[in-house]
Amino acid sequence: MLFAVFLPVLLALFIPLLSKWKDKIHTGFFVMLAPLAIFIYFVSFIGTDFEPVTQSYNWIPSLDISFDFYLDGLSLLFVLLISGIGTLVALYSAYYLHGSERLHEFYVYLLLFMTAMFGVVLSDNVFVLYSFWELTSISSFLLIGYWNFKERSRYGALKSMLITVFGGLSMLGGLILLTVETNTTSIQEMIAQADVILSSNYFGLIFTLIIIGAFTKSAQFPFHIWLPDAMEAPTPVSAYLHSATMVKAGIFLVARFTPIFSGSEWFFIIVSGIGILTLCWASYVAVRQTDLKGILAFSTISQLGMIMAMLGFGTKAAIYAAVFHILNHATFKGSLFMVAGIVDHETGSRDIRKLGGLATLMPISATLAFFGTFSMAGVPLPFLNGFYSKEKFFDASLHIDVANANLWISEVLAQAIPYLAVFGSIFTFVYSMYLVFGTFTGEKKLDQLPVKPHEAPIGMLISPIVLVLGVVIIGLFPNLFNNSFLAHTAEAIYGEPVVTDIHFWHGLIPAFYMSVVVVVVGAILAIIRKSWSGIYSFIPGKLSFNKVYDYLLDQSEKTSRKITNSYMNGSLRRYMILILSAIMVCTFTVIFLTNGFAWDTSDLAPITLHEVLIALAMAIAAISTIFTKNKIAAILILGVVGYGLALLFVLYRAPDLALTQLVVETITVALFLLCFYHLPNLRERTELTSQKLTNAVISIGFGLLMTVVAISSHSTKLFDTISGYFLETSHDIGGGDNVVNVILVDMRGIDTLFEIVVLGIAALGIYGLIKLRDKKGAE
Amino acid sequence: MNDVLNIVTIICILVITISITLLLYRVVKGPTNPDRAVALDAIGINLMAAAGLVAILLPTTRLNDVILLIGILLFIGTIALAKYLEKGVIIDRDHD
Repeated sequence: MLFAVFLPVLLALFIPLLSKWKDKIHTGFFVMLAPLAIFIYFVSFIGTDFEPVTQSYNWIPSLDISFDFYLDGLSLLFVLLISGIGTLVALYSAYYLHGSERLHEFYVYLLLFMTAMFGVVLSDNVFVLYSFWELTSISSFLLIGYWNFKERSRYGALKSMLITVFGGLSMLGGLILLTVETNTTSIQEMIAQADVILSSNYFGLIFTLIIIGAFTKSAQFPFHIWLPDAMEAPTPVSAYLHSATMVKAGIFLVARFTPIFSGSEWFFIIVSGIGILTLCWASYVAVRQTDLKGILAFSTISQLGMIMAMLGFGTKAAIYAAVFHILNHATFKGSLFMVAGIVDHETGSRDIRKLGGLATLMPISATLAFFGTFSMAGVPLPFLNGFYSKEKFFDASLHIDVANANLWISEVLAQAIPYLAVFGSIFTFVYSMYLVFGTFTGEKKLDQLPVKPHEAPIGMLISPIVLVLGVVIIGLFPNLFNNSFLAHTAEAIYGEPVVTDIHFWHGLIPAFYMSVVVVVVGAILAIIRKSWSGIYSFIPGKLSFNKVYDYLLDQSEKTSRKITNSYMNGSLRRYMILILSAIMVCTFTVIFLTNGFAWDTSDLAPITLHEVLIALAMAIAAISTIFTKNKIAAILILGVVGYGLALLFVLYRAPDLALTQLVVETITVALFLLCFYHLPNLRERTELTSQKLTNAVISIGFGLLMTVVAISSHSTKLFDTISGYFLETSHDIGGGDNVVNVILVDMRGIDTLFEIVVLGIAALGIYGLIKLRDKKGAE
Repeated sequence: MNDVLNIVTIICILVITISITLLLYRVVKGPTNPDRAVALDAIGINLMAAAGLVAILLPTTRLNDVILLIGILLFIGTIALAKYLEKGVIIDRDHD
């Protein structure tokens, strides 16, 4: 299985080499082989006596992360969908994309995506699952933005990236919590500990975070907005990613975690509630769309909502219906996207208002579209698979088990779901009819089309034909894959064997009446569509979640810019105020909280009068520096402070320090004089009183802080100093009587070395600043 | 004997500090920069004296270096200041 998962990405490594021959043989034909081989490999697993297969390959054993591949019925359904439709899409794209496109890029992204999808559905390790999950987001981003010269493509790619990665990160949080709670990274072992998770304190958080991940990926309300914008991708990508595979990753995730979460009542409320809401909203909005792919995008959203709702019902029949519909949806929606691509390719337009009467010009595409849309609408004809899943859906919606529900909302939801289901299905019917009849019947508007329409080449038709054959075969023999395949999938989700026979005629059950209502009301609404379509200017009217998204994006940018501009105003004064206030607030708080202030006068030396006088002189000089308006005077007065310090060093018996201080002070004064000649005179400070006040408060506060810290640290002596050691051993070890110098060059020579380095760098820096001038920049 | 020396030294130090303080008034007040420069020079000489007195008081010979250094630096500093106040530059450019 490892090889199957990574075969596409291995092939992707060689794709750029193949592009040399892309004029002779389209790269798509090579690419097709990988999913085909994988498809054949996985088909061999199908059988009535199918048992889950586990394979493990080490990756990061110390973190308990390994490529654990777990193939049960659920994964098998998805890998077959991914590889099967992947093959067809690769074939279709070989005819759809012209050789002059950047084919190698396209196929590298596509193969990357395939690997990611295989990894998502096969991984048993949650972190490996997450890695592949993000890889699908990234490769989807690349594919949506494939025509990156188009502004809409870039917008759509960014939008889908932001939303799905938001969900992905949320899911990561949920998965980490799950790992912490269960102490394992394997999904199967988590399922075994389902009761631990259900009773955990974090259950609400785990559930919410993982469900957000699933809902964003599967374009559930209100995260559905990225999918219609992702329609800027090339049509094979839309058909593959945004109808059959990636958007079902969220469905897969919910199905995978159903054995854990379905023990909670909220699972039904959230998953079914949001699912049915998505179904109704998206099918309602789909009727308004004028772009073929726009209709199909909203249709995909609503169908995903339907599957999600069925997973939430949690009954045997509902889960089976969900599994069945995953397969059905992949077949008819894939074919519909391909037909939309053909129409776009052959007429140059996807705008349904410009299309019409194409049935005679493109008879094969029209036939394929007929099967696809009627199946999607759930028309009761015995060769359409969509009808079965829709009837099962209605049936399941009538038999929701809320017997042990504690929350009133479950009851209400269970009552409302059948009506909502019928409502959503009516609109599904309306847009399906609108799609097929608006495109293929009515008057021809050839003058509005950029290309004269004609039937597509046969190669392009093969893939939709195969998918429509799938529709018809499942329609005619609905039990063909039942025992050997779909029953295993449903069992993997439900936990117990699920066997449901499917027949075209179930008798006059309520679900059948619901189908009839849908067809009749839907047909009437479709015929008189023009007379009621004005409703869309009221609901949703100008409101839409795209506006919310744009507003949020815009506002977050504006707000962060505002916040940044509010403190990053480029003024050094402002930054100093912020830095010093932060230090003050933090240190004062710590001193206050820990009772850090200490006052101990036991070991203070007596103060002599001359020390006081020198300190006083220094203080007067320092204060008058602040108020001096003459720059030379300011630097000379500052010199007094320096010399005063030197005198203090003398008094405190530090001759070396005094020497150095004197030299440095003199040089500094000289340097100041050097620089000041080139500077303008000190300006009369035009600060406001409030600014002066702030400055005063900050400087006095900071001085106070330092005083407090100095007093406290002097009063808190936790242990003796080590200076005694230096005094004793300076002569014996260092061979010198000048203890300061012995410390500088012997005991702590490394410090001195790097001080020298600092001076050297400073000297070089000054030399560089003066000598190396950019002649152009100086102008 | 030592007591007398100590008392005399301390009195000298006090006098010198007062002198420094009065000179400081001249540095701060000005009114012109040459006034300040001369005052600073005088402060330096007072510092030499103070250092010498401290050396007697401590008593140590290690501060003699300091006294000599102050003398050199004062000379250099005052020359630099004087040159600056007169010409505006301290180090002339080469005349080539």
